[in-house]
Amino acid sequence: MINLVEKVSIADMKIVHSPTKVRTSGLGSCVGVVLYDDVLKVAGLAHVMLPDSSLARNKQFHPAKFADTAITALLDGLLLAGASQNRIQAKIAGGSQMFQFTPTSNQMRIGPRNVEAIKEMLQTLKIKLVAEDTGGHSGRTIEFDPETNMLLIKTVNQETKEI
Amino acid sequence: MDNKSNITEFHIDVLKEIGNIGAGNAATALSNLIGKPIDMKVPTVKIVTFDEMIELAGGYENIVTAVFLRVEGDISGSMFVVLPLEQATKYVQTLTGDTAFSFENPPYSEIGLSSMQELGNILAGSYLTALSDFTSLNLMPSIPSLNVDMAGAIISSGIIELSQTQDYAIVIDTALREEIKEVSNTVKGHFFLLPDPDSFDHIFRSLGVEI
Repeated sequence: MINLVEKVSIADMKIVHSPTKVRTSGLGSCVGVVLYDDVLKVAGLAHVMLPDSSLARNKQFHPAKFADTAITALLDGLLLAGASQNRIQAKIAGGSQMFQFTPTSNQMRIGPRNVEAIKEMLQTLKIKLVAEDTGGHSGRTIEFDPETNMLLIKTVNQETKEI
Repeated sequence: MDNKSNITEFHIDVLKEIGNIGAGNAATALSNLIGKPIDMKVPTVKIVTFDEMIELAGGYENIVTAVFLRVEGDISGSMFVVLPLEQATKYVQTLTGDTAFSFENPPYSEIGLSSMQELGNILAGSYLTALSDFTSLNLMPSIPSLNVDMAGAIISSGIIELSQTQDYAIVIDTALREEIKEVSNTVKGHFFLLPDPDSFDHIFRSLGVEI
């Protein structure tokens, strides 16, 4: 079987159907959000940069850039693909504090703030967060397989893990 | 100057000169430190998406040594000194005399890390001092952070400020290379200066350039 992997860039998102996997690399303070329907075996992944779209001065932005708009866009994408809202679940990874020194207030705790914003949004939409690998001080590369619902996480100088 | 279409060829040349002066000073400092001649390429100034910026720094997953700091003061922006692991290893070996040290072989010794941190401080500091002298702008660099990690993770976390207002960055990129004739094109590292959107007016005005 051809093993296809769709790649997601920063502030972008993609929806895939099994057997295609979806992957994003180099998550630092950014968070990778996966929403999936395990019956339809369809999943969406967004590479989120910032917690809140009200921070945007320019109103023309890519929805995947912000936590709130990314989750809405992922949900819409999955529903459009035929997913059932009550089956949709989430896994997330990322939100590191990359730098020893956080020079500005905006940059302070941006990783944890991204994670908090995502959790709040999931709760609002009643989407269950099944697993997470967040925080720490390292970059992550993640890959989700809609067939097995497993999220593979690679971190520099650490063992690969699955959640 | 929040509109990228306002940037003219002349403005680009002025920004290149900033890269020239800053990185030139830093290359001299580096050369004095390691006792080898260091050459640099002509700076490039590009308007890039975040995706392209990460590619410039080596690619999302590529593991690099990077020193990051924020500049505040009359102008603000993000600065990165990005070195391939192999090159950072050579510099640390030269500075410490410890030939067993390698950034490809963690965990890293305390002395290795602190000499890399110090090297980054000196490079970024000499770049910014030259920039400040040239423009008469008051620049206050933050304490630099050293990371050995994926370029994507480092760059994306260092451009949080400017990402709040826009989806692109204007980057002044100066590549370093060692002056060895036969491999003279091998890039040994990059200085990336990414001024925040509001800073360009101040930079140009400080040099008497019309906006």
